[in-house]
Amino acid sequence: MKNIMKKITIVMLIGVVFSLTGLAQAAEKIYIPLLTYTTGPYAPGGIPLDQAFRDYFKYVNATGGVNGVELEWETCEYGYNTDRGVECYERIKKSKSGNMGVAVFPLSTGVTYALLPRTQADGMVLHSMGYGRTDASDGRVFSHVFTAPMTYWSQVTAITKYIGEQMGGMNNLKGKKIALVYHNSAYGKEPIKTLEVLAEKYGFKFLKYPVNHPGLEQKSTWLKIGRQTKPDFTIIFGWGVMTQTSIKEAKAIGYPVSKIIGNWWSASENDTRPAGSASVGYKAAGFHTIGKQYPLHAGIVDKVYGAGNGSGEKSVVGEVLYNRALVNGLIFTEAIRAAQKKYGNIAINGKQLAWGYEHVNLTEARLNELGLGGFMKPLKITCANHEGANSLLIHEWDGKNWVNPSKWYSPMYDVTRPMIEASAAAYAKEKGITPRSNCN
Amino acid sequence: MIYREAGQFKTSYKSDQALLPIAQDRFFIISLLAAAYILVPMVANDYWLNSIFLQFFIFSLAAIGLNILTGYAGQLSLGTGGFMACGAFSAYKLATSFPDMHIIVVLFLAGLITALVGMLFGIPSLRIKGFYLAVSTLAAQFFLLWLFNRVPWFTNYSSSGVISPPPIKLIGDYYITGTQATNLTQYFFTLTLVVVMALGARNIIRGHTGRSWMAMRDMDIAAEIIGISPLKAKLSAFAVSSFYCGIAGALWAFLYTGTVEPLAFEINQSFKILFMIIIGGLGSILGSFLGAAFIVVLPIFLNSAPALLGLEISGALVTHIEFMVFGVLIVFFLIVEPHGLARLWGIAKEKLRLWPFPH
Repeated sequence: MKNIMKKITIVMLIGVVFSLTGLAQAAEKIYIPLLTYTTGPYAPGGIPLDQAFRDYFKYVNATGGVNGVELEWETCEYGYNTDRGVECYERIKKSKSGNMGVAVFPLSTGVTYALLPRTQADGMVLHSMGYGRTDASDGRVFSHVFTAPMTYWSQVTAITKYIGEQMGGMNNLKGKKIALVYHNSAYGKEPIKTLEVLAEKYGFKFLKYPVNHPGLEQKSTWLKIGRQTKPDFTIIFGWGVMTQTSIKEAKAIGYPVSKIIGNWWSASENDTRPAGSASVGYKAAGFHTIGKQYPLHAGIVDKVYGAGNGSGEKSVVGEVLYNRALVNGLIFTEAIRAAQKKYGNIAINGKQLAWGYEHVNLTEARLNELGLGGFMKPLKITCANHEGANSLLIHEWDGKNWVNPSKWYSPMYDVTRPMIEASAAAYAKEKGITPRSNCN
Repeated sequence: MIYREAGQFKTSYKSDQALLPIAQDRFFIISLLAAAYILVPMVANDYWLNSIFLQFFIFSLAAIGLNILTGYAGQLSLGTGGFMACGAFSAYKLATSFPDMHIIVVLFLAGLITALVGMLFGIPSLRIKGFYLAVSTLAAQFFLLWLFNRVPWFTNYSSSGVISPPPIKLIGDYYITGTQATNLTQYFFTLTLVVVMALGARNIIRGHTGRSWMAMRDMDIAAEIIGISPLKAKLSAFAVSSFYCGIAGALWAFLYTGTVEPLAFEINQSFKILFMIIIGGLGSILGSFLGAAFIVVLPIFLNSAPALLGLEISGALVTHIEFMVFGVLIVFFLIVEPHGLARLWGIAKEKLRLWPFPH
């Protein structure tokens, strides 16, 4: 009898010890709710992004976490559907063990808009990297939203610079025609105002061609472009199956594919490969370079795929969208590190992370340390400027790979920043927000 | 045995014309309301209040709206999404133009504006019927979305065409929209609104107007011969239906997503609501609720079920399973009961009446 009691006590003690360590571990992790879409018409974009996020987090954990703090995440599949995205956010904003998420990366402009008030109420960072609401770059009004490293407005100014250079100087833009073929949603409409301003500034004619979701119907659009208006350059703001359809239709109508420039969400292998030989010569923008020749990629292949822990096909590592998500992950972990400098090496919360984001300083040297030297331009985020200042470059598709990287083009921040501030001020007025005054 | 009305005598006209003449029905509805007002807020967490119930209530309202038009008045419509968008955008314009206007006034006026628009698009129904009318209401769907996409005035010149309502107070310090709004406030507000509007719909349908709609639905020539004006009956059906859809759209934009672009009200939304009333039951208020629950809540349940059971399945696979199971369930219910879930409920009541001694 005594023996049994003793055994029971020991078992119970072991149980207590285990549950205590379990609790301790649960409390020490930083939780990220991951909204993904690996189904539906936008899955070609969603799959590599999702894979890269999970790979990167696994890599961070495999290399000792962020200053010893591990990351944990849960995913929710929403099919790029805004209603379901909101539902997903509410479902997984807290982890199963009760940890509140610190940041969310919706990967959809529609969901970003919908989550603006929700993340603020939950004290969570909303990092919409290169998508979402451009005027959220004004950190004085949008204290918890980050658009780094670049926004749509900046993007079209840099692309316009590139086009100007192709024409032999910005003065030669006068009287030329630039068309925008865009996804008829909040996402596609973002750059219109900026292009209108640029059209006035440089005297080119700006033509708009909306394409309705999901973007498989573009015959009449390209008929107009190819036969009627014949613009000198065409910028595409597409996503999912839309971009490849644009390329195919352009080819079919005889519009030169080399005169088409995709934005960075129309810039992946999943856009050009399905269009086959039609896409040779297609150009697209990006705020990072191509390939997997960097030490970080080698590290991921070694530590994550080497351990049989990969989140998808190994061949996807280094694809454009995979690299895109790595930039996002990189900025996120740098923000954690920045916050930990102030708050100690703990599992920080969303508010602390927002402070960290405002002190991210990715210098050339720091990028080298992280194994991504030359991968992107240095980035510095501040309290007032949640976009930071970055640059983009244009690549060309040769039928197999992205080649011929252009030089880096920095956006015309003198054009976009006043627009951002005016738009944010209007938002603040409508919502009754007092902009932070202690920001500079 | 359980459900037996024997012995319940009606001694006055008032009790004969009561909304729920049978005691068991009254008891059932009252306990349901009590559960919704007391039990749910006590038990449910924020996720349930915000993501499940709020969605369910708003879609129920839209389904009631379409049921009035299609189920009771017999006018097939595919413009529900467009009317919801109309409600959302007019509520936004009202709320931003008159910041001091109370939310109830905003919703009411948005409903009225949508009712007017609905009547305008209902005019073709005087000449055409059935599938042809469906095509002409489709025009409403596309025209309205095109309008909100095209004219920047509707979005207060927002660069991306997205509207997000300003924070509005309900009473005192209780916000109904914006970051300070709590899920409980929104829950109680929407619940009350849905209860009041469902009661209203039920009463309109029992009255003269509703009867003229049903007469029109069953045989328009006969209805005209007994003195019902098709102009009045059809346009009033369009007006009331659009009023409901408009308010549902405004609630969707203001309370649920908190921000909305025209894309949120695309044709798929119209189909979704049409499926709700077909599966729930045409010509039934209860059916609108059952249909909304089936179309909105069931997929979310199917999607989260594997995780609740502790199964580690990839998100894509879960979504594919969700589509398959959902499709099978639709086919199953339509085969078992083509008249909808509401009819199934009616049959259950019949069975309970005889239980445990069937003939």
